[in-house]
Amino acid sequence: MDKPDHKSTTCTMLSIENLHVSINGTQVLKGTSLQINQGETVILFGPNGSGKTTLLYTIMGIGNYEVTEGRILFDGTDITHMPPNERAQLGIGMSMQRPPSIHGLKTRDLVRLCAGKREIDIDELARKVNLEHFLERDVNLGFSGGEIKRSELLQLMAQHPKLVLFDEPESGVDVENMALVGSMARKLLEGELAPDRTHTMLDIKQERKTSGLIITHTGHILDYITADRGHVLYNGHLCCADNPKRILDHLQKYGYKECIRCLT
Amino acid sequence: MKKPDLSHYEFSGHSAGKVEDLKRLGKAEKESMRMAGFDAEEKGTSASFVQIDHDNAFCKSYNPGVEILPLGLAMHMHEGLADYRWRLLKPEKDEYTRMAADNPHGGYVIRVKKGVRLDQPIQSCLMMHTNNVGQNVHNIVIIEEGAEAHILSGCTTTEADQSAAHIGISEFYVEKNASLTFTMVHNWGEKVDVRPRSAGQVEAGGIFQSNYISLKPVRNLQMYPSITMKGASSISRFNSVIVATEGTYMDVGNRVILDAPDTRTEIISHAIASGGHIVARGHIQANHAPSKGHLECQGLLLNKGIIQAIPELDGRAEGAELSHEAAVGKIAREELDYLMIRGLSEEEASSAIIRGFLDIDIMGLPNELQAEIQQAISETEKSML
Repeated sequence: MDKPDHKSTTCTMLSIENLHVSINGTQVLKGTSLQINQGETVILFGPNGSGKTTLLYTIMGIGNYEVTEGRILFDGTDITHMPPNERAQLGIGMSMQRPPSIHGLKTRDLVRLCAGKREIDIDELARKVNLEHFLERDVNLGFSGGEIKRSELLQLMAQHPKLVLFDEPESGVDVENMALVGSMARKLLEGELAPDRTHTMLDIKQERKTSGLIITHTGHILDYITADRGHVLYNGHLCCADNPKRILDHLQKYGYKECIRCLT
Repeated sequence: MKKPDLSHYEFSGHSAGKVEDLKRLGKAEKESMRMAGFDAEEKGTSASFVQIDHDNAFCKSYNPGVEILPLGLAMHMHEGLADYRWRLLKPEKDEYTRMAADNPHGGYVIRVKKGVRLDQPIQSCLMMHTNNVGQNVHNIVIIEEGAEAHILSGCTTTEADQSAAHIGISEFYVEKNASLTFTMVHNWGEKVDVRPRSAGQVEAGGIFQSNYISLKPVRNLQMYPSITMKGASSISRFNSVIVATEGTYMDVGNRVILDAPDTRTEIISHAIASGGHIVARGHIQANHAPSKGHLECQGLLLNKGIIQAIPELDGRAEGAELSHEAAVGKIAREELDYLMIRGLSEEEASSAIIRGFLDIDIMGLPNELQAEIQQAISETEKSML
């Protein structure tokens, strides 16, 4: 049973404190701090190599990254050195940019594993992302860019996380697929409720429990989801908290060179 | 190549005689047969053949389109069979063919008659029952023009800890537009030495599909069956799934000769060396064009196992397309990570990856055998982690 929701808008879901991360001795994140509240969606911009994926992987606990300083709290628990499966069980989910394919493991079986002990209707979920004909295929094997993203969404829907990390949800997705990927990402973050007689938009916003952290290059995902805040990650430093659409607008006009001025 | 010492095996004196009713076989026999893919209840079977030690124990066809006989009787009944015996292989090939030629213990002759399409498999089991027994069998399979059959051939010892040697000669004839699926399941033990010697030919428009599954330990097994695509537009496919646990040495592979235009072959093996040693070979020779061959070996190393993949492509005609792909390594970190971020522990993730790696869906096995093998894979997979 869920507790009454009066504190939902103020509760901190993810808190990253002064995070320093290295890979093979090279420092990638140099003191990053970020806080995401329950129900809040944050967009992360940044040029290639700025450390965006490093940040997501470090939150998830995968890859060859070493946290040399700082810590990550999720829902009040220090997860800095926790194995990824335990983080997943606490409620962190991730959509990878280029996930591996797994020979012989059927998509249906993986989706079932994602759900853990929760009962789900796999076929029904798959229909929502047009993947009902992919359930008997090996995970990601021979999938197109759009199919991979839809498969990631399907797994996340089965997993039902409290915090979703999206690593470039629009990369490799064609225009036709983008609408589906975008609207399913929205549903995952915002729930499926629409305003009605008993629910106002404000109610729905306050009931939102799923938080999101989204890496985007193009900003196309912003056409589909409501993001609360945007940041730019530049050279391992987080800067520029603002309305994500405004950040995108600036980046399109001036590029990332302005970030250098901002950070120096 | 490591050679087994066959001197202490008994290659004579173990004639068990006939078994009238397979259902009355002992529990251990039935269980080991089941592990080799043979159903003693004979549900959904076109024909059954059982060899125990040095003798044929059971041989029966339930379909008039299938003739199945022990080798000796078949040679006696069909004069023409002499043309098929030792045609694709020669007794002087090596010491094992020599032994099988000098001291034959029988084996099966299966003939699926012209145009007969079987929807139920033919099953055979070559069993070694007595401790220290050495068995020489010679099998001949003839799929006549336009016929279609699936043969399940299981080889096993009665007990897993039994000492035994198996020498098996097999000659396959797939005639014009005929189709043979040959599924071989090996259920050996730690003290078993095995030397199959097989060859086949596929005529125009014919299809030969070979499935090979070996999940149990075996001390020393070496085989390199050779199939010649003799007729135009013939196709062959080879899928093998093998596991070598500690103490196991397997030197296995397939050789295909594309000896006519428009022939194709695909050889795919998935091998796990979990403490054991696997030499995975493959050889495609293209003598004619157009022709197409693909050779693939995926190897997984666990618990200090060794895999040596030795692919060989031999193009002798312009216009032949041959390719190979081989990868040997441990379980990929990124695959583990991927499953772990979905909530699986490292062990659960490894186990899901191994199970997938040994996937047998592509083989098109009968449902019961499929389930049986899946069960065996689950058990094997536990022992590897």
